[in-house]
Amino acid sequence: MAEFKTNPEILQPENLVYKRTDLLTEKALSYCPGCGHGTAHRIIMEVIEEMGIQSETIAVAPVGCSVLAYEFMNIDIQQAAHGRAPAVATAIKRLFPDKFVFTYQGDGDLAAIGTAETIHACNRGENMTIFFINNGIYGMTGGQMAPTTLPGMKSSTSPYGRDVATMGNPLKMTELVATLPGTLYVTRQAVHTASAVRKAKRAVRKAFENQKLNKGLSFVEIVSNCNSGWKMNPLQSNEWMVENMFPFYPIGDIKVSEEK
Amino acid sequence: MKELRLMKGNEAFAEAVIRAGADGYFGYPITPQSEVMEYLMAQKTHERTGMVTLQAESEIAAINMVYGGAGCGKRVLTSSSSPGMSLKQEGISYIAGAELPCLLLNVVRGGPGLGTIQPSQSDYFQSTKGGGHGDYRLIVLAPSSVQEMADFAGLGFELAFKYRNPVLVLSDGAIGQMMEKVELDVQQPRFTDEEIRKNTPWATIGKTPDRDHNIITSLDLESIKMEQHNHKLQEKYRLIEENEVRYEKIGCEDADYAFVAYGTSARICQKSIELARAEGIKVGLMRPITLFPFPKKILNEMTSRVKGILCVEMSAGQMIEDVKLAVEGRIKVEHFGRYGGIVHSPSEIVEALKKQIIGG
Repeated sequence: MAEFKTNPEILQPENLVYKRTDLLTEKALSYCPGCGHGTAHRIIMEVIEEMGIQSETIAVAPVGCSVLAYEFMNIDIQQAAHGRAPAVATAIKRLFPDKFVFTYQGDGDLAAIGTAETIHACNRGENMTIFFINNGIYGMTGGQMAPTTLPGMKSSTSPYGRDVATMGNPLKMTELVATLPGTLYVTRQAVHTASAVRKAKRAVRKAFENQKLNKGLSFVEIVSNCNSGWKMNPLQSNEWMVENMFPFYPIGDIKVSEEK
Repeated sequence: MKELRLMKGNEAFAEAVIRAGADGYFGYPITPQSEVMEYLMAQKTHERTGMVTLQAESEIAAINMVYGGAGCGKRVLTSSSSPGMSLKQEGISYIAGAELPCLLLNVVRGGPGLGTIQPSQSDYFQSTKGGGHGDYRLIVLAPSSVQEMADFAGLGFELAFKYRNPVLVLSDGAIGQMMEKVELDVQQPRFTDEEIRKNTPWATIGKTPDRDHNIITSLDLESIKMEQHNHKLQEKYRLIEENEVRYEKIGCEDADYAFVAYGTSARICQKSIELARAEGIKVGLMRPITLFPFPKKILNEMTSRVKGILCVEMSAGQMIEDVKLAVEGRIKVEHFGRYGGIVHSPSEIVEALKKQIIGG
């Protein structure tokens, strides 16, 4: 291997092009290597830092792989019961209407046990943001079938593949909430490539900026991978996601309401 | 100046929470307590004091809204009746685990299941022994008048913040629905953001540079830390047992026998005392006002004088277990219950006393 030396002269503040945001704590992430959660955390925290709203932001963490998000996000944050984050966040936003409030939820949390809370928070048009990380599986409990598991997709509770005749169809929650009058902005993004991350970050920024408009809820789905649950290496899981998840969960804006 | 009004128990509670400076009510309709939210909505609480009143999509959502508001250091509450309270138990467990202050009202109806809409006291176990999962306790206040429905709103918030613990007002369909005169306290101001920062420094209201980020959670994956957290909770509950026992004794000075009853049952027992004493039977009433902490010590002391205790409950016998533990087998303790929405008559209580305690 060629020896690699850094010229000390270029290590100057004006040459700094990237810095880890202070809004992520020093704790080591509990996510598997290759998982999209870390990137999703990072872009949300970067946007909060760039907007200068750390002291104005209150978040709600879910139950699932990201249950410990409160250890990594250096903001005031509550950990909610499984599926109930939108209800918890509703109260926070109603009691502090000038704060920026968001939930961070996985697919089991948001689209199965918390379906009612998700739909009703969206339908009431709560002036907050929901981040929905969809990897089509229950990661934390060990790879069980999720409401978003694709037809034919194997999991520990659909070991022969999801049979929609007996196990039901995957739920497109994002398209569903886009039909509700209370949502202002509904989009689906991904974080598997540098360009996808940039687009996702723009969506995150828009979702936060929308809270200043007080015109309804912003809902940002991030289609992600679960290499452990899918039993693949990180690279394979990203390829599998592009080939199988994206056709079913297409990336892009689903609802962008006219702004004044 | 206090204000005198004629009100339903549910309405008196609702008016009292506004006056206690509540910041948020989150509820879901269920008989026989729907007047609480109806009253708050009719009062336009947001215009009157800035208080948020929100009808949630379910009891589950409502209790989790309470969690969110309580985690922000606000005075928040919910109310329901038995089946709805069952749905709230998971959320209450989280609130107790995260040590958040809040006020809960259960206007009890008969069960199990959908049961009946008539008054009952069959949620005693659920209210005092945990209800949800894990080792936790609620402070449980049992009103037996419309006046106490109002008084326990303010007292409930006070105790909740003193101990960072949920406080449950355990009422029943009779107390909630009946009208009585009630003296209402003057309006208390709601907490300012400055007061929240100062008095509840753990609250999530936005991280400022002078402190670490605040986290509201009931989770700790390290078992040794979770055991320590449980120790801390248990110490708090012992402190509550030391400091917060409340009860009322009526006609016990010369009593040979005692009724032990709370809420609606305690009111009926007062009439039974009159009837029994007219027959020359010296009977009194010990009315627990706090069901947790339960007035164990005073009951134990009463065993030196009274010869027997009749527990009068609108249940199949729940509080009697605490009474038996308190008297330590020194005297006879019997249960006389009507349930499924049936309320005792004063005379049948006297007959039960004669048959089960005096003659038994």
